[in-house]
Amino acid sequence: MIEIRDLTKVYHVGEVDVHALRGVDLSVTRGEFVAVIGPSGSGKSTLFHILGGLTPPTSGTIHIDGRDLLKMTDRERTELRKTAVGFVFQKYNLLPTLTAADNIAIARDIAGRNVESDPQFDEILNLLGIRTRLHHKPRALSGGEQQRVAIARAIVNHPAILLADEPTGNLDTENSNAVLRLLRDLNDRLGQTILMITHNPEAASYGHRIVKMRDGRIVE
Amino acid sequence: MCAIQRTACYTNGLVYRLVLENLKHRPVRTLLSALAIGVQVTMILTLVGVSQGMLHDVAMRSRGTGADILVRPPGSSILGFSGNMPEKIVSVVRAAPHVALATGTLVQPIGELDSITGIHLDEFNAMSGGFHYLEGGPFTGPNDLIVDEVYARSKNIHAGQSINIGLTWRVAGVVEQGKLSRMFAEIESLQDKYSAKDKISVIYVKADASANIPEVLGELKQKLLDYKIYTVEEFVSLISVDNIPILQRFIGVVIGLAVVVGFLVVFLSMYTAVLERTREIGILKALGASPGYILGILLRETTLLAVAGTIAGICMTYGTRSLMGAFVPTMTTEIVYGWWPWAGVIALVGSLIGALYPGFKAARQDPIEALAYD
Repeated sequence: MIEIRDLTKVYHVGEVDVHALRGVDLSVTRGEFVAVIGPSGSGKSTLFHILGGLTPPTSGTIHIDGRDLLKMTDRERTELRKTAVGFVFQKYNLLPTLTAADNIAIARDIAGRNVESDPQFDEILNLLGIRTRLHHKPRALSGGEQQRVAIARAIVNHPAILLADEPTGNLDTENSNAVLRLLRDLNDRLGQTILMITHNPEAASYGHRIVKMRDGRIVE
Repeated sequence: MCAIQRTACYTNGLVYRLVLENLKHRPVRTLLSALAIGVQVTMILTLVGVSQGMLHDVAMRSRGTGADILVRPPGSSILGFSGNMPEKIVSVVRAAPHVALATGTLVQPIGELDSITGIHLDEFNAMSGGFHYLEGGPFTGPNDLIVDEVYARSKNIHAGQSINIGLTWRVAGVVEQGKLSRMFAEIESLQDKYSAKDKISVIYVKADASANIPEVLGELKQKLLDYKIYTVEEFVSLISVDNIPILQRFIGVVIGLAVVVGFLVVFLSMYTAVLERTREIGILKALGASPGYILGILLRETTLLAVAGTIAGICMTYGTRSLMGAFVPTMTTEIVYGWWPWAGVIALVGSLIGALYPGFKAARQDPIEALAYD
């Protein structure tokens, strides 16, 4: 599913080169739920940004479903985000002017898919428990509800991988547990491959496997 | 159509809903932007309306003389009624076969767009059918002036009152509008006061029968080489913006300014919108939106602003026409429906040009930086 070998990423900040990733090796099989933990600056977010096609790697090899991200153009990375990757962010990142339903629909629209009906997605909405909240705008939703809408948006196109960046970072314990259970449910019931960044060891324990990062490398 | 292509319709509906919600999200900015585009549209439509209104007014008043043919000095321009030719030419004209009436007039500009027309009252009455007096009556002395109802209203003057327009005149009568000019004086008196003895600007000619107008025209053209000689209908047809280069250039300049105004307004509006929505643009990019998708959202938003601005501008044109009618009634302003689409296209073009840079800036935003934006 995901094969990463000797992946590096160097950012140029002014005249300084910042080595965010210094040779990452990671394999993730289809249907796995992997938690990535590590201190700030360890390279977790950079790894996610590369996996999500938001930024190109500097060197190494990285394949998602057989697609080589190193050789991808901007247009191909845009295509990857449309079809193969779903993001869940710490700050939910819903479009504030659209309703929950339209926030989800716009992801399908961008991917060029039918936005009207998807029986499997109806099941997901039931699973997420947000069916009655779909016609509200984000400001009328609680943090937990917003994050569940964000999860629905991330998986509406049935991506190969779901990337969750601190998905419980802005939530209280009750909502955090609910969101983590949902991610685990999605993984169990639908076989959704998930990579989740977290600082919280308790949250990380929801994954099948925990990967630790430090100084741009996977250490454990 | 939507029943067949439900997905496409919903998709368009979704994007337009996003665009509408974005516009509603900042109502003051949206309103001000649309109004500013509206001002641009109003500028164009009012200028065109005043130009056409005044030209049509001149045409209507030319027909009101009752003349069939007019003779003007060599080298005179279409709207330049001043200039002169010897008054004795009138005798030459009268001597032509089938000429029933011929009368000379002197047009004396008195500043701004106003002018006094010197006439032989009896001859002019015979040709035009006579004035219909709303107040007062004909000239009784050399300082007497007859004004039309529009001029009287604009200056709030009545028969018997004096008016100083460079020289002091007594208003002898107020007449219905529609005959040649807005102010009339006895021609000898006007020639004396403005040192134009025996000079005239235009000769109005009436043929003894409509069927003889071409013959009279041909005869006069033979006799008066180099003079500008037209039938009144021919003259009226020449009174258009297309035949007045300076007016064309002026309208061109105003349209240019309007495009610049629209460009600047939309540029600033969209630039601030893009800055404000940096994070949302980042979200769309993270979802896989292409640069074209994001540019399309902003251009749709701009198009809606331009359409709203055009509608507002058209409505405001009725307001400017009312204001012109109240404060400058001598400048007839028309609503020129034929220019509505052009004004809309000009507003749209200016707006889309203004939206291009912010649009490209949004489309090229780095998604990681955009998502980190607070």
